[in-house]
Amino acid sequence: MIPAAFAYARPTTIDEALQAVADGGEDVKIMAGGQSLIPVMRLRLAAPETVVDLTRVAEMRGVREEGDAIVIGAMTTHSDVLSDPLIAQWAPLIADATETVADRQVRHRGTFGGALAHADPAGDLPAVALALDAEFVIAGLNGRRTVGAAEFFVDYLTTALEEGELLVEIRVPKLQGTWGMHYEKFNRVAQAWSIVAVAAAVRREGGVIAEARIGLTNMGPVPLRASGVEAALAGAEATAEAIAAAADRAAEGTSPSSDLNAQADYRQHLVTVLTRRAVTAAAGL
Amino acid sequence: MTMVDEPTGTQAPEKEVGKARRRKEDARLITGKTTWTDNMSLPGMLHIAVVRSPVAHARISNVDVSAAKAAPGVIEVYTGRDFAEEQGSLPCAWPVTPDMVNPGHPSIAVDSVNHVGEAVALIVARSKVAAQDAVELVDIDYDVLPPVLRMEEAVKDGADLVHDELSSNTSYHFVFDAGDAGLGGNTDQAFADAEVVVSRRFVNQRLIPAFMEPRSCVVSPQGDNYTMWSSTQIPHILRVMLAMVTGVPEHKLRIIAPDVGGGFGGKLQVNPEEVLALLVARRLGKPVKWTETRSESLMTAHHGRDQIQFIDIAADREGNVKGLKVRLLADMGAYLRLITPGVPALGAFMFPAIYKFPAYHFECDGVFTNKVPTDAYRGAGRPEATFAVERIMDELAVELGMDPLELRRKNWIQAQEFPFTTIAGLEYDSGDYEQATQQALQLIGYDELRAEQRQRRESGDPVQLGIGFSTFTEMCGLAPSRVLGSLAFGAGGWEHASIRMLPTGKVEVVTGSTPHGQGHETAWSQLVADELGVPFEDVEVLHGDTSISSRGLDTYGSRSLVVGGTAVVKAAEKVVAKARKIAAHLLEASEDDLEFTGGKFSVRGTPGTGLGIQEIALAIFAAHNYPEGIEPSIDADATFDPVNFSFPHGTHICAMEVDTETGMVKIRKYASVDDIGKIVNPLIVEGQIHGGLAQGIAQALYEEAVYDDDGNLTTGTFVDYLVPAASDLPHFDTGNTVHEAPGNPIGAKGVGEAGCIASTPAVVNAALDAVRHLGVTDIQMPLTPERVWRAIHQGGDGGERATAGTIAWGGASTETTTGVSTDASSLGGDR
Repeated sequence: MIPAAFAYARPTTIDEALQAVADGGEDVKIMAGGQSLIPVMRLRLAAPETVVDLTRVAEMRGVREEGDAIVIGAMTTHSDVLSDPLIAQWAPLIADATETVADRQVRHRGTFGGALAHADPAGDLPAVALALDAEFVIAGLNGRRTVGAAEFFVDYLTTALEEGELLVEIRVPKLQGTWGMHYEKFNRVAQAWSIVAVAAAVRREGGVIAEARIGLTNMGPVPLRASGVEAALAGAEATAEAIAAAADRAAEGTSPSSDLNAQADYRQHLVTVLTRRAVTAAAGL
Repeated sequence: MTMVDEPTGTQAPEKEVGKARRRKEDARLITGKTTWTDNMSLPGMLHIAVVRSPVAHARISNVDVSAAKAAPGVIEVYTGRDFAEEQGSLPCAWPVTPDMVNPGHPSIAVDSVNHVGEAVALIVARSKVAAQDAVELVDIDYDVLPPVLRMEEAVKDGADLVHDELSSNTSYHFVFDAGDAGLGGNTDQAFADAEVVVSRRFVNQRLIPAFMEPRSCVVSPQGDNYTMWSSTQIPHILRVMLAMVTGVPEHKLRIIAPDVGGGFGGKLQVNPEEVLALLVARRLGKPVKWTETRSESLMTAHHGRDQIQFIDIAADREGNVKGLKVRLLADMGAYLRLITPGVPALGAFMFPAIYKFPAYHFECDGVFTNKVPTDAYRGAGRPEATFAVERIMDELAVELGMDPLELRRKNWIQAQEFPFTTIAGLEYDSGDYEQATQQALQLIGYDELRAEQRQRRESGDPVQLGIGFSTFTEMCGLAPSRVLGSLAFGAGGWEHASIRMLPTGKVEVVTGSTPHGQGHETAWSQLVADELGVPFEDVEVLHGDTSISSRGLDTYGSRSLVVGGTAVVKAAEKVVAKARKIAAHLLEASEDDLEFTGGKFSVRGTPGTGLGIQEIALAIFAAHNYPEGIEPSIDADATFDPVNFSFPHGTHICAMEVDTETGMVKIRKYASVDDIGKIVNPLIVEGQIHGGLAQGIAQALYEEAVYDDDGNLTTGTFVDYLVPAASDLPHFDTGNTVHEAPGNPIGAKGVGEAGCIASTPAVVNAALDAVRHLGVTDIQMPLTPERVWRAIHQGGDGGERATAGTIAWGGASTETTTGVSTDASSLGGDR
């Protein structure tokens, strides 16, 4: 439980951080809270040459409004996300999911951007970001670029971030209309990762579901949108039967893993039940 | 000298025993104002890190330590070859049969490795970091052999062997037949004559004790003397065993167990690293320290349980039980540790439980596998037995169409029948099963729950409700030494205490029962305060250092209060008897005319004359004036050897919600009523019950040590080895009945293991009761949501789990420093 030796940099600006990453040698790890990185280093599953700690980069913290989006700094801690009024107003799904992340201690250190850049398929926030069509603002020494959520998550623990790049902020579009949201998480003990979870955002127009966005956690190496369910829900009556029928399609196109907690076929069953529950709650039924 | 107020009335002084005292030791423990073993730092101390086998079964073909030896800060690197001549074998103190096969257990592997995590080399370095860095530099070649992992295959003819010098994987075959012992009828005949027979195969899964403080030891040589600090439950036993194993004379060894952060049986062991640290310190003449990582702890500290239980019960149609047959396969792991073989054998005596079986037959095979050895874990033999019998009683009730409680009631020992000698030859001391059961039914609100259960069934609610019982007993107060002798155990079961009366009236109590979190300091202070009539605060309890507490047999098997506490009481009685002579002398009265209450001797019928025992302590320290012919001391010691075990019992009821759509189970209510005899401290009792319930529920729902097909432990971190937290457990409604134990003057029966032993079957029975109408007859532990869902929707017992660790956090299931991946492995996978 002692990490191998590493060099350590603690920049205070994004520019300094990018330079520190560039100067860090062959194997640089960026620490954005350390709640996943430190355990992996302590087990010597990772032995980076340099760790660049973003804790003191103040410009990467906080949530602001910017036109038709809210912008969440990548280094905003989970606990700050939970108490943020803009998130509560425009994207309560994020708070809903963040509340289920680990325990209080972890939520005080772990960050929104760190969790997304880590891209753990069992992590709760990637599926939420995907469901909300978040955009990822990535900074490099040569400037900034923006990547959509669907392109950001590439594979198991792998994102569109190139070497030398930093995820600096996440833009979450303000949803127009009346949306209900719910994050349905399934795990065995309170502090554990999701076995399967479903992020649902539903816009109702009277007795009809006008639009639904469903993100799936841990149903494959990357977070997934349940597009079959979304299609079935669009324009459907907001009834238990219609939701159940739509939710039956939740496993389409998924490729979950088999592990101690669940084998793949059971996960594919679970996701239909959890999707039904998530949509039902989001639709206010 | 303290001024003592004269008693103003005839009111008896308030008793300490029975008070919910907050624990004396907690302030220092929870504020960190103590020295744990790993906090020890001695001048010039070196650090040991252990290189461990990444394979489950192999011959060691080559070891290259040159790179590690050259690493910065490294003083020395040792392999098994270096200690082959002096390390001996780790001890096994319980040869349960005369022909038990013990292959011996080197502390560090010499030629072969037999489980993942076995020590293969030692790094000794100037710092812990330097030692750990050098671990990766040791290059070892292994000729891999097929791992033996499944008991039912391991016992077959022609199976691969764990130890190829042996003729089979079976260490022993232990048989207890009540008919042969003259305690009951012929079991085969009872089954042949029975109207109903129910047979089941239960899996009592492998568990990890998961104590909070990792194991640690520090050895300091001074000339040819050695002092070892160790996070152990058993400093006294460790001292004897280390002397026997290493040849360091016992009187040259001092063992100190400072404050120890939990053990649950997991520190009832002579660890390879303790032997090795002593050998390294002897060789280098320097102080050394070894502290395990959490990963090492989960992987290499001994595990518990791991039995396959074949159990048959015979009865008539009216529900009168006629016979019980038990056949166990008990996984020893790769080697026999301190009491590895004895754990399942001890269980032999508990399978008949509280029921009046007229015939009983028990057999157990101890089986070697390429896994870490099993050994004592909270309950040790009794939880396994209780689980099987309480499960089979429910199965029999279903078969007979009887209420499970009615079936139990029909067969249990009645209150007026105590003391009762069971079919297994144990004499149960006291109790009232009906009374405890009635109280538990009240506590949980039984009738309302049954009504709700009916309603949920009728409405086809996706969430079903079940109610499960466990009406259990256990044997505590280990143990009568003669009985242990008859079971071929390598030691006695007595306990020792001494009381030292200091000149200022303060009292030092030295106990041989070494605590590791139980609260001995508080409870013993309460006992002594009452016996000597001194303030609770004036008592200091000393323990865990063999040079202070020279005699003792330590803490396990819910023995401390029953045996160790009794030794304290007996020593206190001797102190009072010695003080009486001096009081008589000083008061110029006859001993027979003295009465002793509230810490004061007074002459009967002469109010106002009195002498406190604390004043006598000063008087005898000065020793200016004391009777001829006695020694000038009122200190005393006592050794207590019980004549019988004690038998706590209780009724536990669990109400369980089962989500039939997902398989998720959730305890709705839990009520326990335990009869643990006299209660010395209700707060400590409540804590022990809560902790025990948590661990017993954890076996039912959460915990399992899982090995993949290569013999890698895939539950190697707390991500995958699920220990529940308070947030995962329900509120507990607890109660007590009190039938004092007749076998000790305190009347206590023991509480440390009760919750853990009782709860597991209650929880599983509750889950099954919720879904039995859906065709489910068994679900393997732990009751993961997946297993429950499969049992409901696909039949069977829920089946095997995938062995891969969860892919969460990118660490748990990837290749670790302690596992290699082949096609059979669950590590790494295709990523």
